Amino acid sequence: MSVLTHTKLRILLFEGEGSLPLQNRSAILRALLEKGYNVSRVTTGSSPNPEAIQGPILVLGAFKDAPPSESTDDSGKINVYFRDIQGKNGDAIIDLVEGTRDGAAIPKPGGWKPWFPVIDYDRCTDCMQCLSFCLFDVYGVDDKGSIVVQNQDNCKTDCPACSRVCPDVAIMFPKYRHGPMNGAEVKPEDVQREAMKIDISALLGGDIYSALRNRSAKARSRFSKERDDERALKERKKCLNKLKDTLDIPMEVLGALPSLDQIKQRAEEAKLRAEKAIQEQNKDS
Amino acid sequence: MSESPTIIYCHCAYARVIPAEVKNDVLDTLSESNQAFEAVSDLCEMSARKDPRLKELAAHPQLRIAACYPRAVKWLFASGDADLAEDAKVINMREDSAENICQALLEAE
Repeated sequence: MSVLTHTKLRILLFEGEGSLPLQNRSAILRALLEKGYNVSRVTTGSSPNPEAIQGPILVLGAFKDAPPSESTDDSGKINVYFRDIQGKNGDAIIDLVEGTRDGAAIPKPGGWKPWFPVIDYDRCTDCMQCLSFCLFDVYGVDDKGSIVVQNQDNCKTDCPACSRVCPDVAIMFPKYRHGPMNGAEVKPEDVQREAMKIDISALLGGDIYSALRNRSAKARSRFSKERDDERALKERKKCLNKLKDTLDIPMEVLGALPSLDQIKQRAEEAKLRAEKAIQEQNKDS
Repeated sequence: MSESPTIIYCHCAYARVIPAEVKNDVLDTLSESNQAFEAVSDLCEMSARKDPRLKELAAHPQLRIAACYPRAVKWLFASGDADLAEDAKVINMREDSAENICQALLEAE
């Protein structure tokens, strides 16, 4: 994943000393949150930890005395912007915030793809099945030989296939509809069910890559004899439908799969990486 | 740093997995209270982007987090390089009622 380390605007919804209570704070918060902003609500007696503040701050409030529109914190390093929002509705406040953000050349929040795997290391046994299985290089191995999510951006939206093949139910997609993949507690029957799904995938020939390879070889043989494109297409469709049904992989992802030769090459590379990681683990233990 | 519990509310802005009425009721109740709190747009995004703010939030004592499943939240923080303390309490807006969630968030120690 390309971790975005850009500067962020920290917003304080201020209702402390020197300000009036806000009448529509819930609507203001909702509008800001929907736009991707994080907001600290500050009330009398509470204050944000000054040591923790690292970026520019925008203070929104109904101020009794007009504050300067721009200042710096005590260190002189952090810009602090003040905006009076008295009597303003959600849209007007968003305009004010966006204008301040643009003026300070701070990137717009949002635009994130809400789909990536999260590993439950209480359950993960570093078996490397996910690394071997994922065709999109989402997984990698850290310097201790443990599995890590390395390229989150490569993950295909709505594809939970790696979680399906995980024998320990250790891979979560928090935005997924159903448990335990969404992070719900894992029950014994869930482990059993996941194991059954792996058995179903074994119906495809022990592992999906070899199944696809075998089908490719069979198809090539048939093509050479019959040149039956329609039959080959049917065969591929059948195989993809089986993957869709058993592993809940969206058709868009299956449709975007690399060619069989590329799958073969990537599977070999992933297998080598997984084997190397397992050898390292064995060496250490 | 304050000694009272720190409340984090996750709006789960990128997905509709938390019932809208639950998260809106929780946000309304928190807003109507006199309680300071941290409202984040989406904890998943912060985790995926390894937002340094996640580490700052995790460092607060007595965290009360209104988000989704505790197992997911624990590992979302860990994945963002921010381990949650043992005493952090995660309240599940995917399963619990708004009333129970607010009670758990706002109850006195």
